[in-house]
Amino acid sequence: MSISFTYLSGRLTVYLSGELDHHAARETMQKITELLDEYLPRRCVLDLSGLRFMDSSGVALIVRLSRRMRELGGTLCVENPVGQARRVLSCAGVDKLVHFATIGG
Amino acid sequence: MNIRNYISIDFPSCSANEAFARAAAAAFASQLDPTMEELGDIRTAVSEAVTNCIVHAYPRELGRIRMRLRILDEDTLDIAVRDWGVGMENVQKAMEPLYTTGGEERSGMGFTIMQSFTDSLHVRSQPGKGTTVSMRRRIFRRNRIG
Repeated sequence: MSISFTYLSGRLTVYLSGELDHHAARETMQKITELLDEYLPRRCVLDLSGLRFMDSSGVALIVRLSRRMRELGGTLCVENPVGQARRVLSCAGVDKLVHFATIGG
Repeated sequence: MNIRNYISIDFPSCSANEAFARAAAAAFASQLDPTMEELGDIRTAVSEAVTNCIVHAYPRELGRIRMRLRILDEDTLDIAVRDWGVGMENVQKAMEPLYTTGGEERSGMGFTIMQSFTDSLHVRSQPGKGTTVSMRRRIFRRNRIG
């Protein structure tokens, strides 16, 4: 599991790659929370295009991030979930809670 | 019911073994020539079941988890994930969507995902004795030989 990010005029984009399970979720949440506290973005974009696997631990992480962004007066958007991660998200109904987008697809 | 092949693996409930368990299940299932999507479903279901043992069955200590995989008849993968942990009073309640005792780090969607990614799901649990989650997933034949 690895994280990288870019920040540009109020928009923080966090790129997740690897496998997001319970083992990886706590550290991932901590890193993203630190980024949110540092940049206080109006919009946080979670780019999942590099994610090879995700389970319900990832669902919990997205729900928590969405809540945190609302507390900050901003919004969370999930971009480019592919294959298995997309099916887990739609099974858990996350697409009704968080804005989803596919860029260039 | 014809059992064509099986494995059983015991491992401790440390979270690093979540990735191991789903990789082992995918490797065993590969003899049924699954599609990438079917493999993804199997990995997801196993990950949820094993994570439940780690988070809920053994909340304060490491315990033993047993994953048994069987090939039934020509095309069905049978998955059983067993623990000897705290068990559940009310299995039906635990299986309700969004219900969790795991706090905000858990989504309460584990059983819903297991149910939706497999063909059948059975949970047996006894407080103080442990829990067994059994799932079956049919892998559709394509051009399999043997």
